[in-house]
Amino acid sequence: MPALGADMESGTLAEWLVKPGDRVKRGDVVAVVETQKGAIEVEIFEEGVISEFVPVGTEVPVGSVLAYVGGGAGPRAAAAPPIPKPPTIPPPKPSAPPLITAAPPSAAAPSAAVKITPVARRRAAELGIDATALKGTGVDGSVTLADVEAAAPAAPPAPAAPKPRAGFDPAEMRKAIAAAMVRAKREIPHYYLSHTIDLGAALAWLEHFNAAQAVPQRLLPAALLLKASALALREVPQLNGTCTDGVFRQGDGIHAGWAISLRGGGLVAPAIRDADQRPLADLMAAMRDLVQRARSGGLRASELSSPTVTVTSLGERGAESVTAIIYPPQVAIIGFGTILTRPWVVDGAVVARPVVTVSLAADHRVTDGHIGARLLSTIEHLLQEPATL
Amino acid sequence: MTDKVRLDRAYLHHLLRQMIRIRRFEAKCVELYQAQKILGFLHLYDGEEAVSVGVIETLGPGDAIVATYREHGQAIARGIGMDRLMAEMLGKQEGCCRGRGGSMHIFDRKSRFYGGNAIVGGGLPLAVGVALADKMAGRNSVTACFFGDGAVDEGEFHESLNLAAIWQLPVLFVCENNLYSMGMALERAEAETDLGRKASSYRIAAASVDGMDIIAVEAAARHAVAQIRAGNGPHFLECRTYRFRAHSMYDAQQYRTREEVETWRKKGPIVRFQSWLRDNGLLQDDDIRQIETEADAEIGAAVAFAEAGTPEPVEELERFVMMTEVPA
Amino acid sequence: MSEAAATLTYREACKQALRDALKADPRTFLMGEDIGRYGGCYAVTKGLLEEFGEERIRDTPLSESAYVGAGIGAAMAGMRPIVEIMTVNFSLLALDQIVNNAATIPHMSGGQFAVPLVIRIATGGGRRVAAQHSHSLEGWYAHIPGLRVLAPATVEDARWMLAAALVDPNPVLIFEHIMLYNVEAPLDPAVTAVDIAHAKIRRAGSGVTLIGYGNGLVKALAAAEQLAGEGVDAEVIDLRVLRPLDTPTILASVVKTRRVVIVDEGWRSGSLSAEIGMRIAEQGFFDLDAPLRRVCGREVPMPYAPHLEDAALPQPADIAAAARSLVRPT
Repeated sequence: MPALGADMESGTLAEWLVKPGDRVKRGDVVAVVETQKGAIEVEIFEEGVISEFVPVGTEVPVGSVLAYVGGGAGPRAAAAPPIPKPPTIPPPKPSAPPLITAAPPSAAAPSAAVKITPVARRRAAELGIDATALKGTGVDGSVTLADVEAAAPAAPPAPAAPKPRAGFDPAEMRKAIAAAMVRAKREIPHYYLSHTIDLGAALAWLEHFNAAQAVPQRLLPAALLLKASALALREVPQLNGTCTDGVFRQGDGIHAGWAISLRGGGLVAPAIRDADQRPLADLMAAMRDLVQRARSGGLRASELSSPTVTVTSLGERGAESVTAIIYPPQVAIIGFGTILTRPWVVDGAVVARPVVTVSLAADHRVTDGHIGARLLSTIEHLLQEPATL
Repeated sequence: MTDKVRLDRAYLHHLLRQMIRIRRFEAKCVELYQAQKILGFLHLYDGEEAVSVGVIETLGPGDAIVATYREHGQAIARGIGMDRLMAEMLGKQEGCCRGRGGSMHIFDRKSRFYGGNAIVGGGLPLAVGVALADKMAGRNSVTACFFGDGAVDEGEFHESLNLAAIWQLPVLFVCENNLYSMGMALERAEAETDLGRKASSYRIAAASVDGMDIIAVEAAARHAVAQIRAGNGPHFLECRTYRFRAHSMYDAQQYRTREEVETWRKKGPIVRFQSWLRDNGLLQDDDIRQIETEADAEIGAAVAFAEAGTPEPVEELERFVMMTEVPA
Repeated sequence: MSEAAATLTYREACKQALRDALKADPRTFLMGEDIGRYGGCYAVTKGLLEEFGEERIRDTPLSESAYVGAGIGAAMAGMRPIVEIMTVNFSLLALDQIVNNAATIPHMSGGQFAVPLVIRIATGGGRRVAAQHSHSLEGWYAHIPGLRVLAPATVEDARWMLAAALVDPNPVLIFEHIMLYNVEAPLDPAVTAVDIAHAKIRRAGSGVTLIGYGNGLVKALAAAEQLAGEGVDAEVIDLRVLRPLDTPTILASVVKTRRVVIVDEGWRSGSLSAEIGMRIAEQGFFDLDAPLRRVCGREVPMPYAPHLEDAALPQPADIAAAARSLVRPT
């Protein structure tokens, strides 16, 4: 069961989209899981033959097995961890210092000598696995990420009352949002900045661009705002990522969670991966697709678990500005209000201009106000040159 | 521009006023240093005022200046406001360099003041480059490059004079020879103490003047600047002068005697010029009092401005490390 | 014309870039030792004197400090000079001007003066010219705030980095590796500009990240080919910009491969490779699945004898071995 959000503890298997014995490859959608946020498709990240399915309707803790994917046909053999080879001492090289330092034989005090790589340690904690009990296959016999993941199916399932539940429950979603927001307000010292930006150039460009497009291809201002935000985060990467146990980890890309309100109440913020690298048309299409799928319950697992930042626009709801709450473990949320026509001073004269107020809520444990201000001013600069977006 | 000094009363008073402004500004710096408002190194100009005033008086607004870490005199003579200078010394963002340069690194773009420079000899190549740019751009400008006798020991002096000579660049090299590079006496540092001969060896026209005589400095500089502007290549002007105070604020002064300092003080540029003016009926006691009063008022206002200045926010610390544009 | 892209040497790419710059901006001129009548120590500037004249192609005396300093002064006074230093070892004679003036004046003057100067410096070992012409000291310059330091490793970067450097308001040092001047490659006619802010992934992979620049990049790519034959899929990052370092690109690759080998022809102690390794340790620690590895120049003054020089420099086999030790440790 993949983690589909920071606050998810378990999910209920709603449907299998493959059959036991099918060959699956990375990126295939194999199952639908019901969570507090709705029905979410589960992608697979391995290649091989899938077997030993958890029955439909079972509630499964995060990190526990849904199915096995093996290299060959048929069910998986015994879940034995890979057998490590003993560390070897490389032959001395006359022309260079030895690259590998051999570990001493670890027979005497095995537990003290276990080496676990940083990422393996992190993953083991996520999966609730005791990595010190594993045999390592990495450098100096270290326990690697692969070792941990190989051991994952054998890990004891977390204690959780199996309580089959079917269908999407708005009350559960409300509870999940409540839990996330309470945690955010309790743990994250927010700071807030806002800045009002002249959108004259951006909207003029947009009008010009859209004039040449068929209706379905036309861009909404939100696409410009999202792209500018993503590009700005490239300049200010300190606000793109997550904070766990007080340690900031930069995102492996700019995956912007786009906040979408659901018709029945509640909201989701699925990720648009690498939003900074997508052309505007592509971004617009992705936003439309996400809204449609979010409202019909067809979001994928990876879309919900991977945002590195959230962007929200309450423009169509008529709010002038947003003071948002960060979605943990992210460290920032960018909010846009309604685009309004306001008196604005240009070259010393007051003129009517379309403006938007962009706000930032950010985690003060990992950044300070001047970083946040840099983000907002970068967004402003980018929106003054819409052709470069 | 002519190379004759205009000896009218108003101009002579102006020269005196400039020297007194510098002298009294430096005195105020000492006071503020003792009060720990000015920090770090502080190299004072007492005794050398005739050099900067005499030379800079002959420059036009399109000309350029490159100076050293003992450059308060050049900055004031060039017309940089005492308020911005003092704010710089106090490390305030209202200072001419927003508190990043301090006493040794005064810059002013508007008046083409290309810096104090605290690397001995480090300014000479810059001056060559500024002059090269002016020449290539067809601007008939002169770059006055100030440096001390210590810079003559540096390779950059020799490289720069040679380069300026082979390219016939409009540079006036002004050597403020105050006889000591810090504590190293000229005759101990130089095999050849006639510094003009070094310049001559690069086929640069060289002159040597009494740097305690503002009229002599002014006349020699005026002549050299006219020659340079006429396209006759770089010139070298040695001004023999003396530093009344320590190298930087205080030192034990074991490299020179008290008597030597006293002897030089008696022929100081201000006292000497004042008595010459008096003897010729060009200056009354009231004139001096008025000049001093005005200078003190200006300095007082500059200190008040600097004290009221604000510290640059620490968030701005890294600003200007990498420039985002070339200033217009 | 839509025919196949023409090939070009790195040397010719450098020259075309200079020619473009001289044509594009009358404020641009060249200064350096033997760049004019002699044609340039590495023949990069050959022919430019005839084309642009002595006023703009300025042969200088052997006075690195004076002519580099003059470049700084001219840049402060409105020109866009390009200064050539024959080899990085000679740049030490101009170190005062580069470090004490070019890098400090914009900040020290409170932003009143910029120094839009480009300094081209030949660097690196491999030409059997021993210990006073062969070192890789660009890491020293990458230590200095106020400088931008570039290392073109491809013909494309040799062709287009200069134009971007001339637009930069800061002093930019371009290190051209002496082993690359004869490298020939097709030039994509669609590319007419490159950025000078980001590293670039020259080969995408998932098994291990190799990070290099200059000739080290070329060797890392060769190592990646070797590794591919063994089923190890290496990602190769061309640093391109040695200062300011593009840390996000490095960290993103670490997240992907979780294993890193840094290639640096410079000496290991206090090197650029040390800085990169430390940034990964600081910001990518929890993404690592193996210790960091470096393949650096051996800590000796560069020897003359070919077998000794080859042993002193990182070679593709060393890089492949280091990568192998991370991917298949036992």
